[in-house]
Amino acid sequence: MTGVPLWMLLALGLFMFCTGAVGVIVRRNPVVVFMCIELMLNAVNLTFLAFARYSPSPMLSGEAVTQSAMAGQMMVIFVMAVAAAEVAVGLGIIMAIFRLRNEVDLDEMSAMQG
Amino acid sequence: MDTNLMVFGAMAGIACLAAIGVVAFNNPVRSALCLVVNFFVLAFIYFALNAQLLGITQILVYTGAIMVLFLFVIMLLNLGAPQALMEKRDSKPLLGVVVGAGLAGLIAFQVLYPMMATQAPPRAANDFGTPENIGRTLFTTYALPFELASVLLLVGIVGAILLAKRRIG
Repeated sequence: MTGVPLWMLLALGLFMFCTGAVGVIVRRNPVVVFMCIELMLNAVNLTFLAFARYSPSPMLSGEAVTQSAMAGQMMVIFVMAVAAAEVAVGLGIIMAIFRLRNEVDLDEMSAMQG
Repeated sequence: MDTNLMVFGAMAGIACLAAIGVVAFNNPVRSALCLVVNFFVLAFIYFALNAQLLGITQILVYTGAIMVLFLFVIMLLNLGAPQALMEKRDSKPLLGVVVGAGLAGLIAFQVLYPMMATQAPPRAANDFGTPENIGRTLFTTYALPFELASVLLLVGIVGAILLAKRRIG
C-alpha cells in the first residue's frame, strides 16, 4: 500500500478508537462494552503498525528506522497478549456476576460504589 | 485516482461501518459479527502494510479465539435475545456521541491536520514484518517482556479458571 499517506491510516485508527470510546460510555451490556474495548485496542494496534511502517520521525535514520519498526510490532504483539488475558478474566468476572445476580446491566451494578 | 488509495478507502469504509455496527446494534450477536468483520478488514490492512505475521496473528487471536469466547459468553448468558437488555431511551447516547465527536475532532485538529501536508513514503524495510525478523527480535532484544507476557497469560488462565469454578453462596 505505497500510495496511502500515513494520516489516512491514523484517521482510521482515530475513528475506530472514538467509536469504541462512545460504545463504552453508551452501552449497558457488559459484553458489548468489552467488544468496544477490543475495538479501541485494535485502533491502537493499527496506529502502532502505521507508525512502525512509515517511521516518519526525521530524527531516525539508518539502523534506527529498523529498530523503531520492530519496536512498533513488538508493542502490537504485547497488546494482543494483554487483550487475550483481559478478555478471559473479564468474561469470567461477567459470568460470576451473572451467577450472583442473574442480570448483567452495567447501570444497575453499584456494589463497588462504597 | 490511485488504485492503492481506492482499495484502502474501501477497506477503511467497511471497517468504519463495522465499528459503528458494534456500538449501534442492540443485539450483542450482531455486534460480535460486526466486530469479526472489523478485525478481518484490519488483518487485510496489516497485510497491506507488509506486516504479514501480525496479520495472521490478528486473524488467529482476534477473529478466532477472542470472538469465539465472546459468542460463548453471549450464548451462556442468553444475551442473544434482543429483548433481554433493551437500551433505555434517554439522553446518554446523544451525550456519548457528542463526547466521541469532540474527542475525534480535537485529536484530528491537533495531530492529523498538521500531518496532512507530508506525503512521505514508508521508510521501514519491506520485509520488516516477516516471521523471521519478528522472531529474531522477539527472542533477543525483547526476550524479557516476552517472558513477562507469558507469565501474564498464565495468571490470566488461572484467574479465569478460579472465577469460573467458584461456587457462590
